[in-house]
Amino acid sequence: MVEEQLFDEEVAAPANPIESLLRMDRIPHIWCPGCGIGTTVNCFIRALQTSGLNLDKVAVVSGIGCTGRVAGYLDLDSFHTTHGRAIPFATGLKLANPELKVVVYSGDGDLTAIGGNHFIHAARRNVDMTVILVNNMIYGMTGGQVAPTTPLNATASTTPHGNFEQTFNLPFLAESCGAVYVARWTASHVRHLTKSIKEALGKKGFSFVEILAPCPTLFSRRNKLGDGLDQMEYYQEHAEIRHGADTKTVGMDFQS
Amino acid sequence: MATADPIGVLTGAHFIDGDHACSEGAIAAGCRFVAGYPITPSTEVVERIAERFPFVGGVFIQMEDEIASSIAIQGAAWAGKKTMTVTSGPGFSLMMEHIGLAAMTETPLVLVDVQRAGPSTGLPTMPAQGDMMQARWGSHGDYGIIALCPNSPQECFDLTIKAFNLAEQYRVPVLFMMDECVGHMIERVVIPSADKIEVTPRRMHTGSKEEYLAFAPKADLVPDMVKAGDGYHMHVTGLTHDEKGYPNMTVGTQARLVRRLVDKIKLNAEKIVDYREDGVEGADIVVVTYGITSRTALPAIEQARSEGLKVGHLRLVVAWPFPEKRIRELSSKVKAFVVPELNFGQMTLEVERCAAGRANTVCVPHAGGTVHNPKDIYEAIRDSVKGAK
Repeated sequence: MVEEQLFDEEVAAPANPIESLLRMDRIPHIWCPGCGIGTTVNCFIRALQTSGLNLDKVAVVSGIGCTGRVAGYLDLDSFHTTHGRAIPFATGLKLANPELKVVVYSGDGDLTAIGGNHFIHAARRNVDMTVILVNNMIYGMTGGQVAPTTPLNATASTTPHGNFEQTFNLPFLAESCGAVYVARWTASHVRHLTKSIKEALGKKGFSFVEILAPCPTLFSRRNKLGDGLDQMEYYQEHAEIRHGADTKTVGMDFQS
Repeated sequence: MATADPIGVLTGAHFIDGDHACSEGAIAAGCRFVAGYPITPSTEVVERIAERFPFVGGVFIQMEDEIASSIAIQGAAWAGKKTMTVTSGPGFSLMMEHIGLAAMTETPLVLVDVQRAGPSTGLPTMPAQGDMMQARWGSHGDYGIIALCPNSPQECFDLTIKAFNLAEQYRVPVLFMMDECVGHMIERVVIPSADKIEVTPRRMHTGSKEEYLAFAPKADLVPDMVKAGDGYHMHVTGLTHDEKGYPNMTVGTQARLVRRLVDKIKLNAEKIVDYREDGVEGADIVVVTYGITSRTALPAIEQARSEGLKVGHLRLVVAWPFPEKRIRELSSKVKAFVVPELNFGQMTLEVERCAAGRANTVCVPHAGGTVHNPKDIYEAIRDSVKGAK
């Protein structure tokens, strides 16, 4: 009896609790070891599972880039669009069928450089959507080029002598353009992040969650910041949780 | 046969311009989502849509630019709506990437380009036909496309409906290539009763969810569609994808997919092409026209005929796919083709390609800003047979 229970499939190989919302026939994913994007997807799925939303009515729209691949792994109506244009696609989707819960899931370069104009206008219009932005401070997919989110003085493949442009403070940008919910977490704050995404999904209007995530392959290594785990430890040690913060004051410096 | 929803149809005789007639055609065709960034000389189309849509259950949004407009309509298309955007030269250039996305994801939509003189800002309020090759080849990569060329406000109404029907039947972006003259010309437009207007409904998948393959083609090479929110959990990507819709970046999948995107128009071309002929049988010279040029050529053709020349007129209603078969046939019967265009020879290249040296091909070029002087077209007709085989 005891042995039989031990080898019961349910006990020996329990299904991953987020499997039900992943396209398992597309796993393994393309993300590097130590990358933070997968962790954010885990948090997003757990938030969805407890959100009470009808999952047949949830649509996820991504742009191009590492985070742009998220839509393709989610077992939901999912759209992988063009570079920077996830938000206007999502705007059309939402306006054409207001019953849908529309989530834009993409990266910092995609949503705030090439897609920056759409980001500010969707916030200004208060389009009913949730934007989840994974900020790895770099264009990862294409080899580590500088982004509007790259910290001052950090190096990238196109700023080999250091970035001399100011860095976007995204929560401030989103709030000043009219977002009804603005949050920033890191990929190491998994429980806070899950709760925050769930809150954002529950808001009517333009809600925005930024997630700092390590890109060990193309940001951390070039800038001698260690690997993905070192980045997670840095987040844990240095991140300060300030609910209701004045977003004007939450700009970020280079960590070194 | 499905017919138009009477709520959108203003049955009766109207005295309106081509832009307004295009808006009414879209509404009659069942278009219920339009995103646009106003630009001269197309602005009246979206202005009328903005005025009319609240009363027919449509949604109009003025987006922040043409790039946003041309993808917002694709989101709306996947939510189940018939959709359209409207622009002119500079905006048309900005929309090229999303014509490619629509071609790749087989998203039905209508894109109206009221052509003005370019390049760049050019002559914003004046006509040209300089976007014809851009319509065919403007987005990167290979794909099939459909483009229509109305020559009157009545056709702006009739052919906008046809554009929506073709978009739904073949799941392609259909380009509606107006020009400033046709857009701003005011004429009588007769809108029939709704039951006389044929509309093509979206080709929806009707089988079970389990057997649904998003990009598995039917016999006509076109797959059936589903919409977001119906529980299919579909995936749509601009990446090279397999029949399930999943990214599959292999040489074989690329070859199969792109071949089909090209062939679904190429192999159905004889069903799609549409042209009007007048006096072509027995002609020595055929004048090939489209859009406003089909009307400026008429006095020239009349004059040449009155002087005893055997001149036929072939007007392209559908410019893409090009009526290759018909031009090839005619090229062994006639001595010359004369092609007046408000550009420096775009559709002329197609005529010349299909004539393949069997008949002379003479362009009557014009930089745009106004229409041809019919005298220039007459002289080209008169001189076209000099030195012909």
